[in-house]
Amino acid sequence: MNVTRRQAAVLGAGTLLATEAGAQAIQAANVPTPNWRIENGATLRMLRPVRFVQPDEEVFRANCARFTAATGVQVRVDFVGWEDINQQTAVTGNTGAGPDLIIGFGDAPHVYADKLVEVTDVAAYLGAKYGGWKRLAERYGKRHGTNNWIGIPFGASGGPLVWRKSAVNEAGFQTIPDDHAGYLRLCQALKRINKPPGFALGNAVGDGNGFANWLIWSFGGKLVNDDGSVGINSRETVAALNYLKELYATFVPGTIAWGDISNNRAYASNELFLTSNGVSLYFSLKNDPATAAIAADTEHTLLPKGLASTSPMAGLTLNGMVFRHSRFPNAAKALLAFLMEAEQYDPWLQANLGYWAQPLNAYGNSAVWRSDPKVSIFRDTMDTAFYNGYSGPITEGTAAANADYVMVQMCASVASGQATPEAAAREAERRAARFFRRRG
Amino acid sequence: MDATTAPLHWSKTRPPPTLLARIFDNKAVLIIACLLPAVGLLSVFLTYPLGLGIYLAFTDTTIGRRGAFVGFENFEYLLTDPIFWNAVFFSVFYTSIATIGKFGLGLWLALLLNQHMPFKSIIRAIILLPWIVPTVLSAIAFWWMFDPQFSIISYVFVDVLGWRETNINFLGSEWPARFSLIGANIWRGIPFVAISLLAGLQTISPSLYEAALLDGASPWQRFRFITFPMLLPILAIVMTFSIIFTFTDFQLVYAITRGGPVNSTHLLATLAFQRGIPGGELGEGAAIAVSMIPFLVFATLFSYYALARRKWQQGEGND
Repeated sequence: MNVTRRQAAVLGAGTLLATEAGAQAIQAANVPTPNWRIENGATLRMLRPVRFVQPDEEVFRANCARFTAATGVQVRVDFVGWEDINQQTAVTGNTGAGPDLIIGFGDAPHVYADKLVEVTDVAAYLGAKYGGWKRLAERYGKRHGTNNWIGIPFGASGGPLVWRKSAVNEAGFQTIPDDHAGYLRLCQALKRINKPPGFALGNAVGDGNGFANWLIWSFGGKLVNDDGSVGINSRETVAALNYLKELYATFVPGTIAWGDISNNRAYASNELFLTSNGVSLYFSLKNDPATAAIAADTEHTLLPKGLASTSPMAGLTLNGMVFRHSRFPNAAKALLAFLMEAEQYDPWLQANLGYWAQPLNAYGNSAVWRSDPKVSIFRDTMDTAFYNGYSGPITEGTAAANADYVMVQMCASVASGQATPEAAAREAERRAARFFRRRG
Repeated sequence: MDATTAPLHWSKTRPPPTLLARIFDNKAVLIIACLLPAVGLLSVFLTYPLGLGIYLAFTDTTIGRRGAFVGFENFEYLLTDPIFWNAVFFSVFYTSIATIGKFGLGLWLALLLNQHMPFKSIIRAIILLPWIVPTVLSAIAFWWMFDPQFSIISYVFVDVLGWRETNINFLGSEWPARFSLIGANIWRGIPFVAISLLAGLQTISPSLYEAALLDGASPWQRFRFITFPMLLPILAIVMTFSIIFTFTDFQLVYAITRGGPVNSTHLLATLAFQRGIPGGELGEGAAIAVSMIPFLVFATLFSYYALARRKWQQGEGND
């Protein structure tokens, strides 16, 4: 079955009525919908990470049901745990069987680049219609050094600083300093008043990697040089690790054992007063009467810039992939495009309360960013210049080094006193070189 | 019908055996036919995965990319990898200490449960609980108990008893994290050992103890010269299984520490998974998994030969 331009227009008109307010806010150019000739009898199976909030799943399923209603293509969506999605993608990629589409994280398309259907036409259409793709979306969506899109970014979750205003004020600061020295003084002052900061240094997918990346990038260090060589063993990295020794002394105990939810729990129980996290922490505090007062006292601020030109924060990106083994690649492309259309995407964006930030510029006008001033900072998450593997090409090597916590463990070994900064940087270089030994 | 003629008549009219019957009358064919399903199952579910694992260990296969044969390159790299050697050390340490703990406490518990006591059946059923609970559930429970901020153990020591001023950082540094995992493994493994040894204890004839009592043997002598030798065969088998289960443990470590802090609690199984699947280095992960085989063979042979193959078991007296 084909989705014709006429059908798309009718479908769009119908859904516009349903989401009038949202659609008015989203500026869309008058770009004709490509005619993906949907295969006869097409059915699709999709895997995606489990919901962050209940409406995420409800709206996503509803959007897929609307695609079925419009095209007759049955869509089955399976929601799997965040840790499991990588494993299931690996099995799918290796066996050449399984779901037609997977929404994976970050650099997944670059690991399975040879197994994926190119989606340049989908990206070109969406980009033209919705004000262009954001920087991080282009970085993760395109195969390095080409204009060929191998993934369609769905959004990214930011991890800025989350802090208790009362504690920071009590420590003698009105806001968060943007330089290393000032930031260290703030953390030391927080420790002195027994309202300590704390950042995950355990094998934590989001928060652990987020903190380690910020630390190294804010000193000008990087895992990968522009030319793709391993660049972690540098003067900048050693300076960052020396700084960490002082910073770590201010942390709440136990951060080296922290997983991704540990800082949420500590913050919610008044054990922790400054950390970095997605918007989930704020909303869980806000929606629970027992912790609403903490939410009212909570602020979000970009991570200190340090020596970088902008705050070094790479969003955790969702990336839609169509696998070559799919018998219905056109149907899969049509589904990806359909889900990114304003009538579907904006309600989904709003349902996520700002947890996922948009990859297309036009969605910057979504009502979700005006729903709560404390959420608006997440709006520009995908404008960042930083990404896993910064500042080199994204490859299987960057994905593997990130998944093996090379940067996190380098930081943790220094913080715990197990290694000197120089030795930790050398060890990180050795591990990273292994992952990059045959990858461009 | 005449009873005397019937057998003759039947004998004469019996049809000659079919080809199939003649084939299956052949002993060799019959043996092969009977063994084939078992061989097929073993090939599919044991030989193939093991063979594939060994093959992958000699390739540079990554997730999503077919690898080339690289000989011993993966093993050569592992020989120079401090994280691998750390995992080897911890796997051996974890297995040794946990096994000693499980067998010490398990034997003690089995001896207790072998006594006459009220509600014996209920108590035995309760003892089995840690073994019945899914490993991941108990791992999550231990994860909470070892939490640096919210540990109930810290709460009791700090807030209830006032013995400490600060929480215990169970998982935040190398050795506390290692011993925390060993503690969790011992807790989980005790029921298996205790119930198995209890079964062994109940096979020992009470007449032996009666005879020993008449001879004036002390409780220690009764244990040393009756209980322990009689228990040794089952002890050897249970220990063999326990060593294998402990050495190849995955769930407890992965759910509680993920190999941290700073790789100090990686077992070979968790490191193989970490490198092979999230890290994408299937060949290297397979090499780590394959490197477990010599340890397991050694542990099995040691416990089997050292404990099980004693002459007394074959009626030749104890050596």
